[in-house]
Amino acid sequence: MAVVIVDGQEIELGDHERLNGIQAARRIGVEIPFYCWHPGLTVVASCRMCLVETGTKHPETGAITMLPKLVPACQTPAKDGTVFVTNSDKVKQARAMVEEDLLLRHPVDCPICDKAGECSLQDYHFEHGQAERRADVRPFTSRRRDMGDTVTLFVDRCIMCTRCVRFCREITGSSELMVINRGSHEEIDVFPGYPLVNKMSGNVVDLCPVGALCDKDFLYQQRVWYMKQHQGVCTGCSTGCSIYINENQDAVYRLKPRENPAVNKWWMCDEGRYSYRHLHSPVRQIQPRRIAEIGNPGGNGHAGERRPHDITVKHFRPMENVEWSQLPRDLSAQLEQVCRDGGRLAAVVSPHLTVEEAYLLCKLARQFDSNAVLALGPVPIEGHDESFPGGFTIHAEKCPNRKGAEAVIAHFCNGKIKTFNELLEDLAAGQIRAAWISGGYSCAWNGDAIAQRFAALELIVVQDMFESPVWHVATYQLPGAGFAERSGSYVNFNHRLQSFTWAIRPPAGVWVEGQLYWNMLNLRGLYNPRTVLREIAATIAAFSAAAGEIPAVGIDMRMNQLATAASNEH
Amino acid sequence: MPQRPEPVLLANVGKPDSWTLRVYEQTGGYQALRKAVKEMTPVQVIDVVKASGLRGRGGAGFPTGLKWTFLPKDHPGPIYMCINADESEPGTFNNRILMEDDPHQVIEGIILSCYATRATTAYLYLRYEYPLCWDRLQAAIDECYAKNYLGKNILGSDFSLDIFLHRGAAAYICGEETGLIESLEGKRAWPRIKPPFPAVEGAFRKPTVVNNIETVACVKHIVGRGADWFKSMGVPPDPTNPRDAGSYGPKLYCLSGHVNRPGCYEAPLGITCRELIDEFGGGVWKGRKGKAAIPGGISMGLLAEQEFDTPLDFNALGKVGCMGLGTAAVVVMDESTSMVDFLYNSCRFFQHESCGQCTPCREGTAWSLRMLERIRHGNGRLRDLDLLLEIGDTIGIIPGTTICGLADGAAWPIKNAIRKFREEFENYIKNTNPTGYMVTEPVPALVQLAAH
Repeated sequence: MAVVIVDGQEIELGDHERLNGIQAARRIGVEIPFYCWHPGLTVVASCRMCLVETGTKHPETGAITMLPKLVPACQTPAKDGTVFVTNSDKVKQARAMVEEDLLLRHPVDCPICDKAGECSLQDYHFEHGQAERRADVRPFTSRRRDMGDTVTLFVDRCIMCTRCVRFCREITGSSELMVINRGSHEEIDVFPGYPLVNKMSGNVVDLCPVGALCDKDFLYQQRVWYMKQHQGVCTGCSTGCSIYINENQDAVYRLKPRENPAVNKWWMCDEGRYSYRHLHSPVRQIQPRRIAEIGNPGGNGHAGERRPHDITVKHFRPMENVEWSQLPRDLSAQLEQVCRDGGRLAAVVSPHLTVEEAYLLCKLARQFDSNAVLALGPVPIEGHDESFPGGFTIHAEKCPNRKGAEAVIAHFCNGKIKTFNELLEDLAAGQIRAAWISGGYSCAWNGDAIAQRFAALELIVVQDMFESPVWHVATYQLPGAGFAERSGSYVNFNHRLQSFTWAIRPPAGVWVEGQLYWNMLNLRGLYNPRTVLREIAATIAAFSAAAGEIPAVGIDMRMNQLATAASNEH
Repeated sequence: MPQRPEPVLLANVGKPDSWTLRVYEQTGGYQALRKAVKEMTPVQVIDVVKASGLRGRGGAGFPTGLKWTFLPKDHPGPIYMCINADESEPGTFNNRILMEDDPHQVIEGIILSCYATRATTAYLYLRYEYPLCWDRLQAAIDECYAKNYLGKNILGSDFSLDIFLHRGAAAYICGEETGLIESLEGKRAWPRIKPPFPAVEGAFRKPTVVNNIETVACVKHIVGRGADWFKSMGVPPDPTNPRDAGSYGPKLYCLSGHVNRPGCYEAPLGITCRELIDEFGGGVWKGRKGKAAIPGGISMGLLAEQEFDTPLDFNALGKVGCMGLGTAAVVVMDESTSMVDFLYNSCRFFQHESCGQCTPCREGTAWSLRMLERIRHGNGRLRDLDLLLEIGDTIGIIPGTTICGLADGAAWPIKNAIRKFREEFENYIKNTNPTGYMVTEPVPALVQLAAH
């Protein structure tokens, strides 16, 4: 057990903890300012903002010997007996000097800078800087330089912390960024003809402590203080990066990685970062509809006979709008009718549904038909898994919750997980007469051939965000939610379950999938994924680890099983 | 005038074809190497060098033998030797004389140093501006390979060594030992944070010794003539300064500036600045009086005329406010020299050569230059002198605000020039800016800067 003294307070560190001065001070809420240090990158100790006084406490006599000079806290390991002083006059003067130095040639164009409001230079200047400008140096204007497809550089705002350069060398291994020139003429640049093009390029914008590197996607879109930040999980692939969703008035403006040592560390890929645009697509479906004849009190016989089986005439089918409040009763009546006649019901559980929604959907299907076929929705695979030298992996499986949906289906089907293709074969066999299809994909996921298979059914309920061939053969077209609108949990490729709540409301009163299932199961009040997850944890062994509170970094679903297995061995 | 000992390091300089192996061997060349390889173990060589009290000639004056003992014991290797020939301190040219006129002396010193440290590869990092050194060193190395002074199993022993010349790209910062290593590895010469020190993790992440050209030349003579000979010259440790290890041995002083006979002269450590100017330099030129002198390269600060009697050794210069002996490059300025111009030039140099890694150095050197530019432009304020002093006092390794010593080198001329010649600066500002010298508010910057 190592004991470190920060500003007179003793901190106990664990045996295997390797912390530097900044991290040790954080333990007792002492914030040491820094620019160039980043826990995920090598230490260069060049910004000199984190200068502190340090010394050692003699283990026997207890006498403290201080070093005469200042040292950077980022580079000073916190060992047993290390003493840090972070609030002496000497330290404060050094910080004020560095802050003044950094502002010498900074254009101070905060009113037009994207970073204003979340800028370390601003924050530290208020906290540690000097009130008066003493420099006579004429700041430059905002020279702008193109770095690549995603990032632009405002050259004069740069404080040369070189985090972006190190990121490109150490994490992506692509080394596009470099420092050119020397001394005060230094600038960040790319080699001519080799722009910043890699699959994680957006991270350099998050790493930039000032407004030098800006995201072209976010540039001039929103002042950061107008936005609210929500914890979420990226749905771009099965990595399931922890993210922040920044929104203002139900519009998502950007996604940023959220530190999670068990999943994505500090990073996320560009594909995930820019994967929010479909949420605000003008062609997104927002109005629930059904085929006009169905449920018409004037009609008789069952609906299937009069449904046009030829999907080429789909656009001519008269559809009518439905009220969301009518839907649970309406749908229940339809489903009951089909199943009462001995019809088999199939439910397609999308890997975009949360664990809770998947569970409710399965439960719902089994309520109408105790032998309902439960199948996993299509799992989109693109290319191969791509790993980077920094340990980050972009997975080929472009959905967030295959593992979670499979675990739920396995519970209901005694371990047998039917794939989407197997379901299509079942459809051809003619056993199934109704289907509930959940979607939630941000890109096209079915074609005419698949739609043709479903078209033969009597009752098709489709929940999705966008039109598709299957959507057009649906009896009920129900708009679904996007990832930022859902609450619940996802299980990533590595069995890690992460919970999150919604960041924005769905457009035009659309009901999130979970809410519809909740109401159709006659549960009271608003859909509460926490209650559902508790029920899942209690009934499904695979989810037993999720019984308690889910921490922000998620939990490993194998945790309890491993613990049980280990205790059995002893 | 006291009798000066015969030059040793410069003994061959000036002889015809002094750079060839033939001439070098005629004057006893490579006898020290033969002696060491046949009669001495590496540890014995280190002990001799330690006993001699040799301190590094590159600027910092760190005891060489002690530096060698920092290498990890029983390291599986390889251990690298880097020879710092990136001689870029303004006013310094002693390494150049040695490499151009007596390269074999340098190479013998390198081989001996490598033998002592068990290094099997030596990189000689040569500054770009020394093409003649390059040619002569390469020719000398080729001669050595032919005679088995270099290569496998040197002189029949089990000691092997290769020397590679590496030509830098002309940057002051490459003379900093970790900057040199980074540059040698093919990277941008940004000095590394220490620890780890190069002796533990240096070039290519292996233990590395970085020594100056003159240091290894001294090693040759220490091995050849013994530690006592070396210790017979110089200044013993200052009893009042526990950190002073003494200044022993001969030293090459580079004398330039306003003297009658500028040049590279060999004298025992401890010669005073005035002796150097009068005995070797033939006095200040044109019959003028001296005004100031740079004691050991521009980064060491400034000696005023009344301080010319300070001994030029590793300890004494600190007592008069200079940083140290540095490279012992003495640049003399006569009474007509403007200290404002001197400081402007000094700041321009360090602004240009700052590697730009640490904020205080990168911005501080640039800011000081801009202030001096404005002062010279006739817009100076008395307050600027305080700002300059504040910059001088807050940048560098001594207050701990930078990684390497370049900022110290930039700070010392500022501190020394303004503290020792404040009146001249104040008069200059008052005369050139009679209406605005009392202004304390920030003043508009110059739009155009002459300096880059």
